[in-house]
Formats: sequence, structure tokens, C-alpha cells
Amino acid sequence: MTSELDIFVGNTTLIDEDVYRLWLDGYSVTDAVALRVRSGILEQTGATAAVLQSDTMDHYRTFHMLERLLHAPPKLLHQLIFQIPPSRQALLIERYYAFDEAFVREVLGKKLSKGTKKDLDDISTKTGITLKSCRRQVVEEMRGSLVDNIQQHFLLSDRLARDYAAIVFFANNRFETGKKKLQYLSFGDFAFCAELMIQNWTLGAVDSQMDDMDMDLDKEFLQDLKELKVLVADKDLLDLHKSLVCTALRGKLGVFSEMEANFKNLSRGLVNVAAKLTHNKDVRDLFVDLVEKFVEPCRSDHWPLSDVRFFLNQYSASVHSLDGFRHQALWDRYMGTLRGCLLRLYHD
Amino acid sequence: MPGKLKVKIVAGRHLPVMDRASDLTDAFVEVKFGNTTFKTDVYLKSLNPQWNSEWFKFEVDDEDLQDEPLQITVLDHDTYSANDAIGKVYIDIDPLLYSEAATVISGWFPIYDTIHGIRGEINVVVKVDLFNDLNRFRQSSCGVKFFCTTSIPKCYRAVIIHGFVEELVVNEDPEYQWIDRIRTPRASNEARQRLISLMSGELQRKIGLKVLEMRGNAVVGYLQCFDLEGESGLVVRAIGTACTLDKLSSPAAFLPACNSPSKEMKEIPFNEDPNPNTHSSGPSTPLKNQTYSFSPSKSYSRQSSSSDTDLSLTPKTAPYPQGPRIYLCPSSPSLSCGSLHLKKSCLLLSESSLTPHHSSLVSPVLRKSVSFSEELFLAASGMGSGSAGKEGGPFKALLRQQTQSALEQREFPFFTLTAFPPGFLVHVGGVVSARSVKLLDRIHNPDEPETRDAWWAEIRQEIKSHAKALGCHAVVGYSESTSICEEVCILSASGTAAVLNPRFLQDGTVEGCLEQRLEENLPTRCGFCHIPYDELNMPFPAHLTYCYNCRKQKVPDVLFTTIDLPTDATVIGKGCLIQARLCRLKKKAQAEANATAISNLLPFMEYEVHTQLMNKLKLKGMNALFGLRIQITVGENMLMGLASATGVYLAALPTPGGIQIAGKTPNDGSYEQHISHMQKKINDTIAKNKELYEINPPEISEEIIGSPIPEPRQRSRLLRSQSESSDEVTELDLSHGKKDAFVLEIDDTDAMEDVHSLLTDVPPPSGFYSCNTEIMPGINNWTSEIQMFTSVRVIRLSSLNLTNQALNKNFNDLCENLLKSLYFKLRSMIPCCLCHVNFTVSLPEDELIQVTVTAVAITFDKNQALQTTKTPVEKSLQRASTDNEELLQFPLELCSDSLPSHPFPPAKEHLESASSNSGIPAAQRAMTVEKASPVGDGNFRNRSAPPCANSTVGVVKMTPLSFIPGAKITKYLGIINMFFIRETTSLREEGGVSGFLHAFIAEVFAMVRAHVAALGGNAVVSYIMKQCVFMENPNKNQAQCLINVSGDAVVFVRESDLEVVSSQQPTTNCQSSCTEGEVTT
Repeated sequence: MTSELDIFVGNTTLIDEDVYRLWLDGYSVTDAVALRVRSGILEQTGATAAVLQSDTMDHYRTFHMLERLLHAPPKLLHQLIFQIPPSRQALLIERYYAFDEAFVREVLGKKLSKGTKKDLDDISTKTGITLKSCRRQVVEEMRGSLVDNIQQHFLLSDRLARDYAAIVFFANNRFETGKKKLQYLSFGDFAFCAELMIQNWTLGAVDSQMDDMDMDLDKEFLQDLKELKVLVADKDLLDLHKSLVCTALRGKLGVFSEMEANFKNLSRGLVNVAAKLTHNKDVRDLFVDLVEKFVEPCRSDHWPLSDVRFFLNQYSASVHSLDGFRHQALWDRYMGTLRGCLLRLYHD
Repeated sequence: MPGKLKVKIVAGRHLPVMDRASDLTDAFVEVKFGNTTFKTDVYLKSLNPQWNSEWFKFEVDDEDLQDEPLQITVLDHDTYSANDAIGKVYIDIDPLLYSEAATVISGWFPIYDTIHGIRGEINVVVKVDLFNDLNRFRQSSCGVKFFCTTSIPKCYRAVIIHGFVEELVVNEDPEYQWIDRIRTPRASNEARQRLISLMSGELQRKIGLKVLEMRGNAVVGYLQCFDLEGESGLVVRAIGTACTLDKLSSPAAFLPACNSPSKEMKEIPFNEDPNPNTHSSGPSTPLKNQTYSFSPSKSYSRQSSSSDTDLSLTPKTAPYPQGPRIYLCPSSPSLSCGSLHLKKSCLLLSESSLTPHHSSLVSPVLRKSVSFSEELFLAASGMGSGSAGKEGGPFKALLRQQTQSALEQREFPFFTLTAFPPGFLVHVGGVVSARSVKLLDRIHNPDEPETRDAWWAEIRQEIKSHAKALGCHAVVGYSESTSICEEVCILSASGTAAVLNPRFLQDGTVEGCLEQRLEENLPTRCGFCHIPYDELNMPFPAHLTYCYNCRKQKVPDVLFTTIDLPTDATVIGKGCLIQARLCRLKKKAQAEANATAISNLLPFMEYEVHTQLMNKLKLKGMNALFGLRIQITVGENMLMGLASATGVYLAALPTPGGIQIAGKTPNDGSYEQHISHMQKKINDTIAKNKELYEINPPEISEEIIGSPIPEPRQRSRLLRSQSESSDEVTELDLSHGKKDAFVLEIDDTDAMEDVHSLLTDVPPPSGFYSCNTEIMPGINNWTSEIQMFTSVRVIRLSSLNLTNQALNKNFNDLCENLLKSLYFKLRSMIPCCLCHVNFTVSLPEDELIQVTVTAVAITFDKNQALQTTKTPVEKSLQRASTDNEELLQFPLELCSDSLPSHPFPPAKEHLESASSNSGIPAAQRAMTVEKASPVGDGNFRNRSAPPCANSTVGVVKMTPLSFIPGAKITKYLGIINMFFIRETTSLREEGGVSGFLHAFIAEVFAMVRAHVAALGGNAVVSYIMKQCVFMENPNKNQAQCLINVSGDAVVFVRESDLEVVSSQQPTTNCQSSCTEGEVTT
């Protein structure tokens, strides 16, 4: 006796969260059944393995039919075929678009193209995430725009939409994230920086009218950043800046002497990063530069995080007291974001 | 009466890409009704076109309005080649033709293609303007309301229940026409869909005409079926119960109907009638007029051009070869049965006499009427030996006469209803059924479908005579079905023989005072259990006892019925689903030989199915079956029998005896041991089941027995039952006389198998109950979450092991596994009950068995059990004490909330026992179950909340029940009757057979919901999937499926919302919403 056909269709579509997770993780029906058996569900419900098999197949079939709609979440809301309560719809979408941090960290900054898809095999083995699951995650990334747009088009939660925005932002600006030096950074770190940059450094940040300009950094702003060079090029200004910072921090910093010794290097590094951002290539290397020029020197001198914070605060604030410096607003826009990024990047 | 149909095409969305080059579609729409077609402009390059068309107007006859569907076709414009069809929408405009239903159809409809399924949606607005026309000879029957619901719909009151209406129309099946060889599958499917739509429109119109003839204004329990007879054609047939209904909220509800005809019966032009009072319920109607509302069908049979079954009972012997008919006659030999049948019944009788040991079960089994009772004076006349009763005799005799005469004027005193207004059902005799095997032949002239009509007339006649033999003048819970395989067709009909109260059958207000008196005399709670036939002249041997409730009348020891449990019946414990499953191999044969083979097998199958049912019922410790439905399916090389029913313990009937096993082989030690082992197992199962279903019948004290002539047998029974309840061990000891004990003989392996199979049925997991009736006996505190579902399974039998036994086991496993899967899937709803579980078996191919289940899972709150059991008791007590006048008007029970509740007997002892026996343990158990259930259900529970603002799709509930728990149906919008065909030539790509059918059923649900939403409704009640024919050809990568569904579109309001409304405007809502209080007082 073999079962030729075995289906269950409810007026309200039944969604089993556990099975959905297994499906999203790319397990085959057989594997999923095995995992469910291991979870002890048979003992809890008194069901047989055959029942579980049939149930899993059924859910997989439903998910397979739903997947077409999940690619365009608004369709899921308006479609008539599956009657799904709103809370369940939200859950379906949210889970579908959730990603594994390890995976995204890997893909981040890579050009999303067919080439990348081939590379997925490698990533898959690296991160221990199954290939099918990876494919799903790639599909999503191809489509995003910015936070609001993503939220609207994909009906995602705020948090998830922000993450997607970060990914898209990184992909668009092709930031280098794969260098060995940057391996210690998590996706969360990058996402944090991306958000700050989207908020402050893009065109959309200055002009709320230009909604779809969130993707690109404000070119004018990047051009203007050259003006900051004066802070290190002008010897007097640099000295003045240094003395201001040192006076303010004397006694408050555990690593004061190291700071004093390194001030010029650090300042030069930070300002030079700013000045270089006019070139696309240097934009790409932003994170590499920041780590090389700031994070690593500080780390080698064992600055505690609190000291880094004190220093950066004072470093950016003191500029306001430099009478000869005219680009206060520009400085704030630059340093405000950079300070946040550096603090986030400063860890082991 | 002509009318103007107006259609507006607003927009489309989610259309498929038809032009690969641009990834867009240039869509336009054709709107067709009858022979007129309109087109919209082409909306270029969009998948979401906004046509916003003008109003397309069709001026048509109302006859066409009823028959024709509105056909909307969405196409892709192509300059160079033919336009490609995207898909179609068929809209049945019938709901717009009567005033109380929908006024406009407006909404998003899925665009359906028989090859590709749903392809986007289209927004359509449809309106109808009707012009009044009082032409008496019209062919249309606009205004007659149709309900699938098999009870008086909530928010209506039955003024008169007229009776049975039937009709059938036949046509050639387009699939088998010569042209089908050259046209595309799509064209063929669409031709079929359209034809069936047309035929059901025509059928409905013709039935409507009959209803108008009977002076009714509605059809309740309308059941329409298709017989796909293949080469020989397509038959669409329908049965229903004609009624005159009054809307409850109408302030004029108690006025003569003629005073407000426009309100109630918009289209009924009988105002010019010389005696308008005749169909009113006014108190002053002269006596002589009273009977004329049962106009026999002859008068109108000429009008409708097709198939009326003529009442001249000279059987038109069919010119076709015809297998001998199965006639399981419940009658004593004195009843004449046709010569054709004599052979059969003799055969059966002889069989039973050969094995006298079986006699105790033979009687209920062979006659499919398994009930017995008393109340001689009322019941006897059918047997011609009525005697005047003790109290109220003259009145009853009069009543009897009236009912008799009223019903005898009717061709068939049948009622498709399964639930009735209180007081309607006086006695229930038992199940009557008839089957007949026919050979199909091409229908030569579609306009004269007389053969099919004659076939059904014969069967109905047989049912009628069965009922008579049981001392009953009517058949309730009546249904008809067919099973077709190649050219052989089994026609089946079944129902429950009953004695009815004539008050509802006519304008019975003449003798208002008389009825009032009668009302007092009629036993209320247990009356329906009492035997309607004469005890001294019983149609078959049976065990009668005095009713355990009233102690005055006689009752049978078991009662089988096809109806729902009456709301006022006293039940102990809970009910459960009981199924009998059976397969029989048959040799492949042709034509007549085949029909004969089937005819020969049928009685044995019936016998075994009944034995199984009886055994399982006893095993559950119960004594009555409700909602019994026996389906016999014919295939190429086998016959399948599946009987489903809900078992309950009726307090009025005696405690069932156990099952005793007797071995034939004597003096075999190991064998004896084996037997006693089995016996112990059976006894344990019975004990376990009693606990599981909370069956603790109250102790019976002997002094109550007020029987004038206590027969020794009954005396002993009563004694026994007393000792039983006092001592648990003796209860299972079954040491009482052979006549009562249910003896199973295991003299061969077959019987052994039977016993084994008895014990293999696993009870549902804790927290689950199941039944196939509307409501679960013993559960009354439903919460609002419902989940309707359809599940289909097909298994392939390996041809090697095709023995009856292996087959039985396979079939049994199939059904059991299916149930287990359902319990597992719905575990998040615990505690819940599967209601209206409806199994359908078909044999699509040689080695395939297909089982389709549709049911609804309803959650209930075990913790509230105590509180809610109290209220109905109080209510019913109140009710009992109030004026009889109200009882006469009886609108009370029809309201939604009192239906699920289960009234308890007014007697004090019962009240106590009920609450102590079932109430408290239930609550206690609820706690444990709640804790034990591992899956958190809170999550799911919350989801029945109203749809979130960002979702544009409103929730439409679907249920096979006639009500929605926790809600009140405020409006019926019309009948939904849809037929779809889906075909694929890329079966593998669509996920194989499972993927294909899964998607199709989901699409069917979606289309039903869309139609309901467009009518302005938010639920479908009495939903039923009448047909699901699935054919596959995996080698060709093809599959085809036909599905037919129906139900009633309704608007419901949550009871909680209702309260808010009424508290906000306490004074103004009297007319708009009929609340409970107004109706009952």
C-alpha cells in the first residue's frame, strides 16, 4: 500500500513555525522529518513517523507555493489563494527575509552577480549554512533600496529593514570588508556604521526630498572634506589642536603619554582618510584605512575603550576652539559619524 | 418578468505576463450573458489594468437570469495573431434575484483558467433591476430562496414545511462529444463548466417553480448533485424541502402572510388568490381550506417541461437491462414487495434463519431500521391497528388523522432536513434505505429524462413503503446518492422513518386550542425515542423496554438515525465518530453480468456494515447512532462500503449489553484461553470507552416502573441494569440471558479478523473529539475559533495481495491514518472537536482508493463547562414554565446561541446527575488536559482577530455546519454552487499529483471566498464538497480534477460585537437586529 496522493488544505492556511524554520534552513523533507523526530514531537503527541512525514511534506508543499508570493511580499497581502491571518503573514515574511549574520558578513561588499552565486558554494561550506538557504538570501539582496522603501516593499520589521539597508548600502558603495584585517568585525559592526553613514553622509540625509538618494554618499560633501586637510597641513593648527586636546585630557586618560606621542599620527590619519574620500577607490577602503590608521595604533598601545571615547570626544570638540578653522559644520558632519563608527569598530 | 443586468469592469491586478518581450500584458475584458457580448477597451502594457468601464447593460428574461451565468473573460490583445485568453470568471447572479439577499455583487474575483489555475484578479460590479410582472404562466421562479442548510435557517421561522421537491435535468457531456477530439482541452473544460452552470441554473429554476406551486417561498436542505455518466451523459439532480419561511426580525412575523407579501415573498404573485388566508398562520382560517396547501405535484408537473416523476405508480419498466434490485425490506412477510425483490429478501431471510444464533443482531441489521418503540395510540395507524391511548386519546387520534391525510396527499412525504423546530419530530422509527443497481445507456432525448426519473421514483417508493412498515408516515434526514463505474450505477437513498407533528406541515392553526392541549401531553425529552409502530404487530423482532426517562412508553434497545441529535434529547456523556469500513472484491465483468454480481454482493455488504456499526457502538458503550451515512462505492474489481455516524448514549434508551465472544470449537484449551483473552480485551475497551466519553448513566430505581404488564424480559433487564451500575465488575460480566448479550461467534479466521479490527480503532488523542453531526453531543461551550479543511488521500494497492482481508486492512489503515494525521495537524487547537466529519470514498482506477474528508475543527473551552451547563438548564426550566402560546410559535430555538447549547432535563434528579456526572469531571479534566497539551495554543487562538488594517483581503470563514460558534448569522445572501475543472499537462512541474490537487483545492476555496466577499458576506455555512473527481495519467504527465462545492453565503456578527451594539442603542435596535429576548418572549 503506497500513498499516491496525500494533501490537507485548510480554509485558514496552517503554518507550523518549526517546519517553516526547517524549510528556510534548507533541509530536505527527509532531514526535516528526522530533526522533528529528534525533537521528541512523536512522544508528545503520540503520532507515528508516517504521520510526521505526511505533515512535513504538506507544509513543505505549502511553503513552496507561498515562496512565489514571498518574493513580492505585497502580493502576499493581496492574494486570495491562501487565507493567512495578518500576524502569520508578518511572521512568514520576517522569517523569510531574516539572514544569518555569518553569511551576510561573508557576502558583504561582494559584487552581487552571477559570479557571486557560484561562489556561494564556498561560503556555504565556510559558514555551515546550507546552499539552498544561501540562494534564498541572495535573491533578496538584489532588490533592496533604502530603509523605508525596503520596509514598504518587503513589509519587514524596522530592525530587519535597517539591516537590509546596510547591506544594500555596502554593496552599492563596494566597501572593502573582506581584508584579513577586517575579519574581526561582525556584520553588526558594519550595519551600525552603515546606518550612521546613511543618516549623515548621504544626500538623503541633508535633503529629505531626495528619498532615493540614500544609496550614494553625498559627493559634494566628500569634495568638501578636502578642506579639512588644513587641520594637519597647517602646522600651527595641528599644534594648537594638540595642545587643546592634551590640556583637556591631562590626568583623565590612562594612556595620556601614548596619546600625546601619537596625536599627530592619529590626527593625520583621520584627516587624511577624510581628504581621500573623493576617490571611489579610497571610499572602498574606508574601513581598511580606519582600522589601519586609528584602531590598530590605539590597540597596540592598549587604549581602553573609555579612553578612546574621551579622546575622540575631545578631539572633535576642540576643533571648535580653533579660531583659524572655518569648516566647523563640515567637521562635525564628518567627525560625528566617524566617531561613532570608530567606537564601534574599536574592539578585539 | 424581464430584468436589466448591469455589469461594470473596474480593474485587474496581478495579471500574468502575456508578452514575453515587454514582460507586460495588453488586457481587455469580454462580458457575456446569454448571446450578448460586450468588450472593454484594451488597457495597454500593464499587469494592473484600470479599465473603469461603462455599465454594460443586458436586457433579459428572468428565466435567463436564473439559468445563465454571467461570463467574464479576460484576454490579452494581440495585433497580429489571435487574442490569448488569460482566464474566466463565472458569476451566478441568482443571489441578486430575491430581495432579502445581496443587492449588489462587487469585489475582486480570481481569474480562473482550467489549465493554469488562478491568474490574477478582476474587480467587477454587478447589479440587477427587476420589473414586476404578474404573469401566472411564467417559467421563472425568481424570489424563491434556496438554502443548503438542512435545518430552518437561523433568523427565519418556518410557517409551513411543505415537503419534498425534486428535479433532474440531463444532457450530453461535452467531454464525450465528437467535437472533443478536435478541440483543445481548455475549450472542452470550459464547455463543461458552462453547461453544468447552465443546467444547475435551470434545475434551480424548475425546483423554484414547484415550490411556488406548493405556495412555499423557500427551499431548505437543497442538495444538488452531478452524475457524470460518461458516454451516456450528464445528469444534474436536486432534492430539497419546500418551506414557507418568515424572517424573524420582521415585525409582521405573526400577521397573515398576505398582509406583507412584498416583504417576505417578493415574487409570489398569489395576492389575487381567493383565499389568501390559507397560507397564513392567522388563527381564523376556516377548516375546509386547510389542506389545500399540499397541492400534489401533478398540477404543476406539466408546466415544467422536463422530468416530473409521475405519480402513477405503474412502474415504467425501463427498457434497459436492469440488475435485480436490492431490497432489504424491514417488513414482515405480510407486506407486499415486488416480485423482483422477493428473491432477495428470501435469500436474506433464509440466511438469517440458518444462523439462529445471530438472530439478535440480524433484526436490526437486515432491516436497516433498527428502532423500536411504543406509544401505540399515536403510532399504530401505519400498521392498521391503532388503539386509543390513555390520555388525550381523541385529540391524538384527530391529530393522527390530519397528519396522515396531509402526508398521504403527498407524493413523497420526505424531508431533507436533519434538524427540526422543537416539537416537529414526534417519534423516530429508524433508518430506511434502498439501493438499486442500474445499467446506464445513452440518454437519447435530453428533454425527456424519464428513465432517470423513473429510477428515482422507484427507489423513493420503496423508501416510503419501508417507512410505512415502521409505522411512520414520513421520512426525515432524507438523501440520495449515486456511485458510477463505467456503465454500472448504484442509486441509493436513505433517511429516517419518523412520525411528525402536523402543525408544521399545514396551516394548522384551525385547531389551535387542540394543539395546545396536545402540546402538554406530548412527552418532550424522550418522545422521539418511543416506538412509532405497534408493539403487538412489530415489523421485526426487537427488544423493547420502558423508556428510561419517562417510564411510560416503550423504546428500542438501539436507535439508528440519519438526522442530527434533537436539541432537546437527553444525552449522557459525550458522543464520538463511529465508522464501519468494508471492501469486497468482485470479478471484472461486463454489463448485465456485472450488475448482477454487484446486486448479489450488496446485501452482504449492508449486513456486514451494520454488524460492524453495531459492534463498534456496543464497544463504545453507547446505544444510538445519529447522522448515519452509508456509502457504497463501486469500482472495476471491488465494492467499498463506508458508514459514518455519531454514537451517543441516549438517556431514554437502555444500557447497551456488552459483547460476548463464543468459540465454536469445543474442548480446546488454548483456544478457550485465547477466547477469554479476547473477551477480557473487549471488556476492558468498553470500560475504557465509558470513562473516556463520560458515560455514567444514573442509577435506576425499580419503583419507577409503572408498567401495567411488565414483561419478564424487561423486568430482568431493569434488574440487571441496576446491578450493573452498582457494581462495575458485573457490568462487564454480561452474564445475563443470551437474548440481550451481543454474541460474536468466532468460528473462522474471518470473524477473528473482525474482532481484531474492532479493537484496532484508536480513540482520538486526549483533548480531541470527533463527530459527523452538526454539534457534538455533550459539548456546549464552543469558542469562536474554527478551521474548515479538506484532506484527500489516494493509495495504490499492490495487486499481489488482493484478498478481501488485505483489502479491508488497507482501507481501514487508510482511514485511521488519515484521522491520525488530522489530529496531529490540528493539535494546536486542543481542546477541540472535529464536527461534521464527512468521508467520501471513490475508486478512480483499478488499484486506487481515494478518500476525501471535509470537516471543521472547533475549539471549546473546557473550563467554562460548569457555568454554561447551568444556564441552559435554567433557560429550559424557564421556558417550560412559560406560556404554551410561545411554544406554539416556537421561534425561540432557532437563534444561534441556543443551538449549540444543550438543554438538560427539567427533572431534578437528572439535573443533579447531569452536573455531577458530566459537568464537574469535565472541568477537572480540562485542567489536566490544558496542562498536558504540549503545544501552546494561545498563539493561534489570537489569530481569529479582525484583519489588520494593512490587509485588503477580508477574512471569509467556511464551515460545513449551519452556524458559526460565538456568532449570530444576521443575513443569508444566497446559495453558492460552483463547479470547477482543472487540468494539467505538466503534472511533474506542478509538484506531482499532490502539488496539483493541493493547489487546486486552495484555488477552489479562494474562489468560494471571493464570491462570498463580493456578495457582502463574511462566511459560508453548510459548505459541502459534493464531488472531487480526480484522474491522473502520470505516463503522459497529465491529470484532471473536477470539484463541485456548495454552501450558503451569510453575514455574521460576533455575539460580543452584538452586545456592544445593543448596549449602545438599547431602544432602536428592536427591528434591525432580532435579539434573543425579543424572539423568545
